[in-house]
Amino acid sequence: MSWLEPSLATEGVRIMTICNACRYCEGYCAVFPAMEKRTQFTPADLGYLANLCHNCGACLPACQYAPPHEFGVNVPQTLSQIRVQSYQLPSRKTILMLGIGMVGLLFITLLGSTAPAALFARHDGGAFYDVIPHDEMVRLFLFAGAWALAGALLVFGLRYGAFRGKQRADYRAILRGWSDALRLVNLGGGGEGCIEENERPAQTRRVFHHLVFYGFLSCFLATVIAAFYDNVLGWRAPYPLASLPVIFGTLGGIALLIGCAGLFSLLREHDAALSDKGERGRSILLLAFLFAIAATGLLLLVFRGTPAMGVLLIVHLSVVFGLFVTLPYGKFMHGFFRLAALIRFASEQGE
Amino acid sequence: MEDVLVIGGGNAALCAAISAAKLGARVLLLECAPKDFRGGNSRHTRNIRCMHDAPTGILTEAYRESEYFEDLLRVTGGDTDEHLARLTIQSSADVRAWMAEHGAHFQPALSGTLQLSRTNAFFLGGGKALVNAYYRAAERLGVRVVYEADVRRLEMSDGRFVAALYTQNGATQRVEARVLVAAAGGFESNLRWLREVWGPAADNFLVRGTPYNMGWVLRELIDGGAQMIGDPTQCHAIAIDARSPKYDGGIVTRLDSITLGIVVNTNGQRFYDEGEDLWPKRYAIWGRLIAQQPDQIAYSIVDAKAQGGFMPSVYPPIAADSIPELAAALNLDPDSVAQTVRDYNAAVRPGSYDHKILDDCTTSGITPPKSHWARTIDTPPFWGYPLRMGITFTYLGVKVNEHAQVLLQDDKPSPNVFAAGEIMAGNILRKGYLGGIGMTIGTTFGRIAGEGAARHVMA
Repeated sequence: MSWLEPSLATEGVRIMTICNACRYCEGYCAVFPAMEKRTQFTPADLGYLANLCHNCGACLPACQYAPPHEFGVNVPQTLSQIRVQSYQLPSRKTILMLGIGMVGLLFITLLGSTAPAALFARHDGGAFYDVIPHDEMVRLFLFAGAWALAGALLVFGLRYGAFRGKQRADYRAILRGWSDALRLVNLGGGGEGCIEENERPAQTRRVFHHLVFYGFLSCFLATVIAAFYDNVLGWRAPYPLASLPVIFGTLGGIALLIGCAGLFSLLREHDAALSDKGERGRSILLLAFLFAIAATGLLLLVFRGTPAMGVLLIVHLSVVFGLFVTLPYGKFMHGFFRLAALIRFASEQGE
Repeated sequence: MEDVLVIGGGNAALCAAISAAKLGARVLLLECAPKDFRGGNSRHTRNIRCMHDAPTGILTEAYRESEYFEDLLRVTGGDTDEHLARLTIQSSADVRAWMAEHGAHFQPALSGTLQLSRTNAFFLGGGKALVNAYYRAAERLGVRVVYEADVRRLEMSDGRFVAALYTQNGATQRVEARVLVAAAGGFESNLRWLREVWGPAADNFLVRGTPYNMGWVLRELIDGGAQMIGDPTQCHAIAIDARSPKYDGGIVTRLDSITLGIVVNTNGQRFYDEGEDLWPKRYAIWGRLIAQQPDQIAYSIVDAKAQGGFMPSVYPPIAADSIPELAAALNLDPDSVAQTVRDYNAAVRPGSYDHKILDDCTTSGITPPKSHWARTIDTPPFWGYPLRMGITFTYLGVKVNEHAQVLLQDDKPSPNVFAAGEIMAGNILRKGYLGGIGMTIGTTFGRIAGEGAARHVMA
């Protein structure tokens, strides 16, 4: 049985057939040139096209066949629905329960295993390992990291077939795919930008997404540097304000706060006509996690010299752990799917 | 009392409203369609034909005024107003800058339309995206837009506009204005009017364009003393899939398989040279050809060799493994169609097939001949598409001068009535078709009308 609901597959074929006979939207993004290379649309093709779509929405108000026209063409929403099924994810509720459950479980465990005296003591500049022993923290995050990686590989591996072109992508296609992904060219609406309230094109979504992605990367880098300091150089946290982990973490945290808040407000404005409800819910969940990580991380930095440090540390670690655990089953995966689709697109265009 | 009343909501109306508002006039725009369907036929367009002396932006090579004008003479058989035509062509040279200033974005010629990359500038996202941008620009400039405002009556006095009556949600409103810009399109959506012109055959036409061009404003202007121009039977009409909606099917309903096979009428007979010339030069005549056939219907038939050789169509082909079976599936007489295909196949002469040029694959000894791309129809599966005439727009209009002022019976311009777009396109194009020139005419005369209207108000 196909991963795609038959009714949705039929709708996808119907819409792509209309688009393929029209082609006015060719300049907006990669979806349309990719579609034009096909006359048949299998579920694998639809999954590929759905993941090329960045849901900028530019093609909906431009469409002469958009509802209420009797053809009722809504490319962004249809592709959003197909995309959600292409991730083959558990329901939003399951992810939410899993996330909250794991965060709560870890919080209670850490809280219970920490001596009250150590928890509320005024630590000198943030002696984190007084609260949670060093080795315990390392074990915890090795486990969480392995879980996230294994889950991501599993979910992606199940769907990978849809993104494999006829031939192996060469290095040029891979570079082009990465470049398109890192610059979010397909969130640019062909230069017009995505559609915000009042159908006004703008580049704000792209800017906020950049803040989130590069903010996340900066925080991740801070963690990697800290791990290097800790495990290779033997320098134990906390690190001074002028150190690389703190600088990258702070910049990344601020970018994440702004980007997540921005994307969230745009998502709320984002006309429900443009995307699948399930996809919006998953996006909001991921934004909430990232926002919470950034907020608690920054609070931890500010208050690391106070008695609040112990609790803040546990809250921060719990939220990070929650993201890791839900990562393979949530919105986070869109990055891998989009990258794979973009590499395939670059490969096909080069043929 | 309004300064400038613009009736219509497509490209020409918006260009007029924007131009008038930029000069400081208070502008009210009445669009008869609901917001979702605003924009008249402009929402179905995708490019504008522009002259240029050197490659510029997305336009390749050069397309000079002389060549543009010759193209117009060729399609119209010389039946145009040279002064207005040259004015339009010359103004197209720098029109893209004005368009971009008001929110238009351009893209290279769409795949499948490369023959237009030299002559036509394509709008990113097509005509509806352009119209959306223009509405945003107009509203920023303070133009007030009323949707679902159906103007049925104009009060005119000695060729001077006094007021317009429009219905909205069942209530009739009267609006006075110092100047009128009529940009309300032709009458192609008005089935009764089409029937007056074409007789009962009109019942079998499909309206490929907007359902909202009823021609009320055109008729009111003519009744109010404006000079008429053009022939009411003249229109842009192409062959579209007979399964298309009655209205508003737009671009996707066209079918590009005609040159690749044969076309038969409801008697199973061929009736015109399918390979007369390259498809971009011939597609615009097929609407009328089909309208002249019994029951105004025809069928394009191709075999497996043609499949994949034309733009994908929106409706699936009717397929069969033999010609008689295909004929039966198309509700045609299998014997006549089989005979037609046999005769045609026997007449096909050997040649080297190349669909991109006028090749030497031709027929001999049949009438009508197929002059190019004639290949035997013998390889299953066989595909058939039913075809009807799809009207996009009509050419009947009101006569204007170079200031877009409507000319009255005594050849004098009306003091306060301007016209732009399809309602006056017949001054330049009243026969034949030249892709993208409708937008050139609408933009040129919309701007002239808007500026003239504002100056009239300010004077």
